[in-house]
Amino acid sequence: MAAVADVEAGAQTPASATGPAARRRSFPVWRWVILLVAGAYFLIPLYAALRFAGLKAFGDIFKQSGFYPAIGLSLRLAVITTILTLVLMVPTIVYVHLRLPQIRRSMEGITILPIVIPPIVLIIGVLKVAPGFLLSTPYLLALVYVILAMPFAYRSLDAGLRAFDLKTMVEASNSLGASWPTTLWRVVLPNIRTAMLSATVLTVALVLGEFTMASLALYVTFPVWIVQFEQNSGPVSTAASLLALFVTWLLLMLIVTVGGRGARKRGGAQVALFTVAAPAESSQTTGEPE
Amino acid sequence: MAESTAQAVAPEVLTSGAGPRRVSTSLRRGLKWLGVVPFGVYVALGLLAPFVAIAIAAFKNSSTGALTLSNFNTALHGTYLLGLRTSLVLSIAAAILPGIFGLLIAYAIFTAKRGNVLRQVVITASGVFANFGGVPLAFLFIATLSTTGIVTGWIKDLSGVDIWNHGFTLYSAYPGLFVVYMYFQIPLMVLVILPALEGLRPAWREAAENMGAGTWQYWRYVGGPVLLPSFLGCLLLLFGSAFAAYATAEALTGGTVALTPIQIGALLNGNVVAGQENLGYALGVIMVVIIAIVMIIYTIIQRRAAKWLR
Repeated sequence: MAAVADVEAGAQTPASATGPAARRRSFPVWRWVILLVAGAYFLIPLYAALRFAGLKAFGDIFKQSGFYPAIGLSLRLAVITTILTLVLMVPTIVYVHLRLPQIRRSMEGITILPIVIPPIVLIIGVLKVAPGFLLSTPYLLALVYVILAMPFAYRSLDAGLRAFDLKTMVEASNSLGASWPTTLWRVVLPNIRTAMLSATVLTVALVLGEFTMASLALYVTFPVWIVQFEQNSGPVSTAASLLALFVTWLLLMLIVTVGGRGARKRGGAQVALFTVAAPAESSQTTGEPE
Repeated sequence: MAESTAQAVAPEVLTSGAGPRRVSTSLRRGLKWLGVVPFGVYVALGLLAPFVAIAIAAFKNSSTGALTLSNFNTALHGTYLLGLRTSLVLSIAAAILPGIFGLLIAYAIFTAKRGNVLRQVVITASGVFANFGGVPLAFLFIATLSTTGIVTGWIKDLSGVDIWNHGFTLYSAYPGLFVVYMYFQIPLMVLVILPALEGLRPAWREAAENMGAGTWQYWRYVGGPVLLPSFLGCLLLLFGSAFAAYATAEALTGGTVALTPIQIGALLNGNVVAGQENLGYALGVIMVVIIAIVMIIYTIIQRRAAKWLR
């Protein structure tokens, strides 16, 4: 067996058959094939849509009737959803990390639900139980979007909290006489700034793109407007879709790049956008013998 | 079995030393849960209550309000059964293939250096595309693969074959929706499988190599078995995501394709027959039951995966 392995390794890299060097050199070929195929699959439709829309359509977006009310509603919903999500999730997750680490896996299970529960089922249920004063306002959507944002918000924040030694910091802060709100505001929040930013961007991306619930609740948000408007002008609708996509992507790139740089300066971990069953507790177990 | 009993017994043994203080600890233990009450209430109101309301309505006659099973009877026959079957097959296909492909992409960027530009582009793009769907996505593929789409044209120019004359159509569950769903399923897979890949310790690889294992043997006996539960868990998540998708199918096919979410939408928009809302609710309950089964399997698998990802 060992002989076979040696021969194989030797065949790939005659110079050094040992360990990581040999491995690193054998990767690029298949890596590039995979990434090229993926690149083609993801970029060709973007190119096709760009060509279909034409550059002129991008300028026309802003002149269309109904554009400003729709984007205005979507942006207001995005702001409200983000604030509600952060206010609800940040204290909860910090609390769970500090006091109830044993329910972290249950939290992970609960917060993954909105990805798999059909949004159409959720919204018809919400429309059925919501009290009248909520049904008559589009901001009902913001309340439901908080639920939809949970999978991404929870995972970003969880990863952010795991990237530094929360417990020690909080204990240090408390023993220096800081109250709980002060500790949360001046010690915990600055450390998870990047995680909060990525949670924000993912939430905003979700709200700006959500169609199912808005259309069934009969409110004209930006995605609903795009569909209604498609009947007037396909190219302008397509241009609007592409614009929304690029803006979100740029924002996310910016945050990850800036956040990554800041984190490296502080010696922390990079921004993780999404984790499921992450390599948990690594920061806490490092001190223990395995 | 032996393991789980050992785990269950261990805390008892540890706490039994603190006999007299037990009351205060249990009180304190109760108070501890106060911190998660706001979150719990929000989830109960926003996620649980709507479902309970739907479930109750699903057992009632739409016009008389009398208790009945007829909604479920209708939901499990004829067009609705067909829709359910199409939904299931499409979701299974749209979980497995993007799952494998997403794993390969994730592994390709995982082996790239940290801070690598390509890696950041792929990860952020995944974050955006995993949330991408509905009408914008439909536009992209109409521009690409419709009868006048760019790629349809390229294939015609290169091989002289018009794929639309050979059984291809964008406006059906498969192949049309399958091809389109991959656009958000692959990025979702990349996002969810990366942490599992990062849990593979370099030390295991080195240990395997020190014992003379080649690349194939490492994956067959070490990496593969460790990764398998996470991989299966992610596949189930992808299944759920495809099963739940509504906006994309609705936008692309204009509601003509027989998928359960589309049928629910049609019933509740009152487009088909008025007074059949409760049939829509019954279909919703059936979807949630299927998802619940999938999530139970997912939880069991994740628990096994967690053993290695410490």
